Amino acid sequence: MRLSFFLREALRSMRRNAVPSFAAMATVLVTMLMLGLFIPVVQATTGAANSVRKRVLVDVYLKTSAKPADVARVQTLLHKTPHVGKLEYVSRDAAYAQQRKAHPDLYKLLGANPLPDTFRVTPDNPDNALALQRALAPPAAAGGVVPIDESIAVVKNRKTDTQKILTVTNMVKVTTAVLALVLISASVLLIANTIRLSMFARKREVEVMKLVGATDWFIRWPFVIEGTILGALGALGAVVLLGLGKVLVLDRFFHGITSVSAPHTVPFAALIAIVLAGGVAVSALGSGISLRRFLRV
Amino acid sequence: MPPSSAKAVIEFRGVSKRYGVGAVGLDQATFAVDRGEFVFLVGATGSGKSTLMRLLIKELEPDAGMIRVAGHDLAEIVRNRVPYYRRNLGVVFQDFKLLPNRTVHDNVAYALQVTGRTRREIRDKVPDILRLTGLSTKLHNFPDELSGGEQQRVSIARAFVNHPPLLLADEPTGNLDPETSIGIMQLLYRINRTGTTVLVATHDQTMVDKMRRRVIELREGRVVRDEATGLYTRDESTREFALRLRNDAPQAPEHL
Repeated sequence: MRLSFFLREALRSMRRNAVPSFAAMATVLVTMLMLGLFIPVVQATTGAANSVRKRVLVDVYLKTSAKPADVARVQTLLHKTPHVGKLEYVSRDAAYAQQRKAHPDLYKLLGANPLPDTFRVTPDNPDNALALQRALAPPAAAGGVVPIDESIAVVKNRKTDTQKILTVTNMVKVTTAVLALVLISASVLLIANTIRLSMFARKREVEVMKLVGATDWFIRWPFVIEGTILGALGALGAVVLLGLGKVLVLDRFFHGITSVSAPHTVPFAALIAIVLAGGVAVSALGSGISLRRFLRV
Repeated sequence: MPPSSAKAVIEFRGVSKRYGVGAVGLDQATFAVDRGEFVFLVGATGSGKSTLMRLLIKELEPDAGMIRVAGHDLAEIVRNRVPYYRRNLGVVFQDFKLLPNRTVHDNVAYALQVTGRTRREIRDKVPDILRLTGLSTKLHNFPDELSGGEQQRVSIARAFVNHPPLLLADEPTGNLDPETSIGIMQLLYRINRTGTTVLVATHDQTMVDKMRRRVIELREGRVVRDEATGLYTRDESTREFALRLRNDAPQAPEHL
């Protein structure tokens, strides 16, 4: 009897306050739509940034005079160095063959192989690239750098590239984080404000209910149910729009490209769950909490 | 200080209430109202009538003194028990305080729904009380479709549907013309005759004089007069009562 009474009350109040109810629903719909669009976009950009960062390398060029024994020694040395993630050995012959294929005209001019043996070192974390370079070629007291092994000619990290990649990807990450924060707080404020407004319109109603002897929860339940229904409807609308967007735009035009440009985004089902739960929770909690002010009579 | 009466429905003892700095709501108010009485509370605006009413419905807390209603000390009622306390009161206001989104029937029914009555009880009781208050034909109208007098009748019906032992009315005729006011007073008198104690705050001096009931006068928060006016005929029928209200010229001043 109680539950059905509260349900009827919630429905009555939605019917009687059709315009504010619609506004609240639309607010939830818009914010949830933004959230639904934003989550995959953030994930895609950070994913893309991360995959770019994986390309940060430190090259260790050996002297052309290095013997296979020297190569082996340097390799064990590198394995022991901290921050070394992946190690790739490119022999001078392999490098020569590769380069000749890339620039046949240029390499025709060269008689002998001018390239040294090389180790391509991937740091365990892109941010450690510079530290790794310093470890392999510590700065000397006299200025300049002295590599840790005599057969290492030079340690390069493709400095400009690495530096650029690191700053740009960091900026992308920070920007998306800030944007996400702004968007989320804006959504919460927007929904809270909508609820507050519609509550304020019913301030008198709540006052009267209290005078007649209604308990706080007797007044609150219909509001919370109403908030839940409106939130669910709004979130459902957002999910429908997101689904349409996915089917009509993403799947049709980016078929086959998506996997390259957006490495890892949340599965659509999880996204729907987040949007639905978010919409319902925010509106139900918002209704219940913003009512508190008016219940102090 | 008058002795505490066992049958007192309302008892104020040295009750004071101040708003902020200097503004006096009530100052050492002491009086008692017995069961079944019909009492007028008079005084100019700002004399403390509304403060007294708001203290009685526990919308405000007194700064000093003790208020007892039906033997219960109001200070001992904790916040979450206040709704249950209010169900024992009927409250009527100058501005009616009806729920604008509900029909006449649903407004009255709401007072029953908050106490968890079944739908059958509501179906039985609401039409009865609306017949008593003369609103049988307006069951499905919304408050804004009614005249002021009719709205006040709805508000009285809602206040009385639970048959509370005490009915409070704060300026119930403040917004109404004299003829309509008589009808409202008649209704309150009829309710009083069923045994309900009625406390009416008003500044309608002529009405008070004609009614000839007990009058408590407040001035700047203090009780300055507490007496029964004129012929206190308790067993007067509602019709005689109304007749007298319409025809009687005010008596020669019997007080001050």
